[in-house]
Amino acid sequence: MSASSRLSDRAIAPQATPTNVLVVGVGGQGVVMVSRVLAKLCERNGLDIKQSEVHGMAKRGGVVFSHVRFGERVYSPTIPEGEADIVLAMEWAEGLRWLPFLKRESGGLIADTQRIVPPFSCRNRKRGALHGYQTMGLEELEEVVARVVAVDATGVASEVGNRRAANTVLLGVLSSMLDFDPSEWREVVAEVVPPKTIEANLLGFERGREWALQETRAELPTPPEPERPTHAADRVELEIVEAWCKGCDICVKVCPERCLELNGSQVAVLRDPAACSGCRVCEWLCPDLAIHVRILPAQEEH
Amino acid sequence: MKEAVGAVEVPDAGERRIMMGNEAFARGIWEAGARVATAYPGTPSTEILQNLGTYPPEDVHAQWATNEKVALDVAIGAALAGVRAATAMKHVGLNVASDSLMSQSYMGVNAGLVLIVCDDPGIHSSQNEQDTRLFGRLAQVPVLEPSDAQEALDLTRLAFEISEEFDTPVIVRSTTRLSHTRSPVRLGERSKPPERSFVNDSVKNVALPAHARIRHPLVIEREARLGEYASSPELARVEKGTGGLGIVTLGSAYTYVKEVLPEASILKLGMPLPLPERALREFSDSVERVIVVEELEPVIEQAMCALGLAVEGKAFFPRTGEFSPERVRAGLQEAGVLEPRPEAVALPIDPLPRPPVLCAGCPHMSSYMAMRALGARVMGDIGCYTLAALEPLSAIDSCVAMGCSIGLAAGVAKAGTETRPIVATLGDSTFLHSGIPPLIDAVYNQADISVLILDNHTVAMTGGQDHAATGRTLRGEPTHRVDLEQLVRATGVEWVRKVDSYDIAALYHACRDATEYTGVAAVLSDRPCVLDPVKIQGPPFEVEAAGCTACQACMNLSCPAISWTAEIMDGRHKVEIDPIGCMGCSLCVQVCPSDCIRATANGANA
Repeated sequence: MSASSRLSDRAIAPQATPTNVLVVGVGGQGVVMVSRVLAKLCERNGLDIKQSEVHGMAKRGGVVFSHVRFGERVYSPTIPEGEADIVLAMEWAEGLRWLPFLKRESGGLIADTQRIVPPFSCRNRKRGALHGYQTMGLEELEEVVARVVAVDATGVASEVGNRRAANTVLLGVLSSMLDFDPSEWREVVAEVVPPKTIEANLLGFERGREWALQETRAELPTPPEPERPTHAADRVELEIVEAWCKGCDICVKVCPERCLELNGSQVAVLRDPAACSGCRVCEWLCPDLAIHVRILPAQEEH
Repeated sequence: MKEAVGAVEVPDAGERRIMMGNEAFARGIWEAGARVATAYPGTPSTEILQNLGTYPPEDVHAQWATNEKVALDVAIGAALAGVRAATAMKHVGLNVASDSLMSQSYMGVNAGLVLIVCDDPGIHSSQNEQDTRLFGRLAQVPVLEPSDAQEALDLTRLAFEISEEFDTPVIVRSTTRLSHTRSPVRLGERSKPPERSFVNDSVKNVALPAHARIRHPLVIEREARLGEYASSPELARVEKGTGGLGIVTLGSAYTYVKEVLPEASILKLGMPLPLPERALREFSDSVERVIVVEELEPVIEQAMCALGLAVEGKAFFPRTGEFSPERVRAGLQEAGVLEPRPEAVALPIDPLPRPPVLCAGCPHMSSYMAMRALGARVMGDIGCYTLAALEPLSAIDSCVAMGCSIGLAAGVAKAGTETRPIVATLGDSTFLHSGIPPLIDAVYNQADISVLILDNHTVAMTGGQDHAATGRTLRGEPTHRVDLEQLVRATGVEWVRKVDSYDIAALYHACRDATEYTGVAAVLSDRPCVLDPVKIQGPPFEVEAAGCTACQACMNLSCPAISWTAEIMDGRHKVEIDPIGCMGCSLCVQVCPSDCIRATANGANA
């Protein structure tokens, strides 16, 4: 018995630098579909390819990325940092996250201007808390990246009648930067998307491609929200009138911060003053009008 | 409903296909002529059996098992009965199956028996990053380690031959990276293994002390023969390079070494265990300096040290985490092999935190809102719902491994130190996997705990596979459906209530009553997963901005469809509901204190 002969005859091939495309986005956007299109193009052209992603979080709104490397011979399944020819981002902040992977001198970032704000960015309930989604805009980005193509792919996709075709719009843009035949792109896109959506997706692909070839400049993506004055320094005071509280437990149950509790005499007390955000839900819902919330200006610092 | 997976088209031999590592493993199992394959889903191994389910049913029985030990036992039975059999699992799955593996190693096989075990360096989706090669050493069975999809196929085929030739179960070790990377594969024919049937040989087949004492020396002798076989040039491939440096490497690490140091002399191991001693000695003699590049534990490095060979390795490379070209480059730089590259100027980027979250409409949200409201001490388990340990739900106090929740809760109760109600929470599939013996134990030992079974009718975490309580097989065919409520009652639990997960008040009351009951009480929180087997999409809800007081109580649900608007009230953002993300579960309507969430104009449910 001998080990399969195939194991031995696949030894060292001449080194050729692979092309590296990093496709990134948020779970549910179709990152894997985009990289499958590239894989199929390579399959047709007899190229070596490695396409690598990590499953599991793809459906859960987490960070999703897919490394695609193709050429005569590809070893590492992941793109080394600083060696991606293209980062294709289906969401703005995700494009920024992966910038260190881009070739500094020549790498191109294709980024959808849409912003998907994660629940994590809206977690701070303190008065005056800032949105966690604060990212740099196009002009700042152009200073650090060799080439940026910012495209409102979701907008273009909506124009062709299917919001979900945003990823084929981006594929259209990508097709203008890679050396595959346009008709092959169209055939592969038609193979990969759901049959009912072929028409909309092909239209999206064309729009993306035309848009990229015209070199139209995208409008500046709008920041997620205007800056506004902060109330962070305000103090909250909660007064619970013991005589009026009958221990019904409603305020304890409704408090979003879980900072109230019933004490030994079944009277509501503020267990964790630091956690109270002054939202007034307890004040409004107390059937006995026993709770008063006061928002006081910040004390002078010394 | 999701289409039954039934056999589709089987690609022909000779074709070149781009396949995920896991698809290539499945193809290898099929090409080896295996007749029985079974597994419990577990990232990153799940797609192996899923994919095998697309091959003709007359070729191979592909089925989901209730847990990894059952899967291995079924495969052992099939191998004893004379057909090639395979099982696939994630690394921690082998912990569950290991009891059978340890004695099976002494007994040997009849027809080939192969375990594909997928490690998770970097802990992408697991509770640890144990190295399966250590299990191979403990069980004294061979471990093969492919480095791309083609090798995944080839080595899986070879594993069956080794299994039969040396009369041993064989582990093929994968990693998350290999399992989930697509690369080209040249396909082969399905082979016809020699026909066999059950062999009457009680010394070999019955694990009695007297028999095991006879078998153990044979296992040690087998190990020596396998080590010699592992040294064959096909499995211990020398790639002659330039200079006096020699790198010993294997698996994905090999691809990173080739990426950053293509000119080095390399010994690439296809079968690291039993140790290919001769090949390692010969390679060491042929170079001036040897560095081992291996992910996770220094298995090869320590073994080479024990052989008295001069070797370096973990001095430069970490024992934790997944390797990458950058990590291997950094290690080789530290070893003085590669010149440091000029440091690139850091980019002014502050990456946005985007942790995974429960889906919009996930029925687990209300179960853990109830736990919060109860102020319970919650023992969690393995599944999507482990995310409820994080903010804002923050409703799980402990989680150890599959099926542990009920035992943990019973232990907390017996300790007698806890003043809060004690609740074990676990999913339907986890309950079937390994939650039943601890439930019997809790009833038997009269533990005062409540058990909340989160029945979402699927194995959700791994992408929606069927299990014994869904009424469908791996191939999508109808089968007996285990009734969880009856099963719980049969263990002796007298207090059982089943509630709709989308009725928070009813769920809260059921859980409160359960915790007030003395003894084991069980609540089944019942609603299908919103993603599998079908994506559930009802009319969305919307927030009446005028009524919203920005209290953000709804945001405690952790629903990703709810976020801030730009409108501020009293220093806080009001909220809005993304009409695309919202699937209409109504949980936010139920928790809103100011009653400002309404059905949209096109939605009838208010």
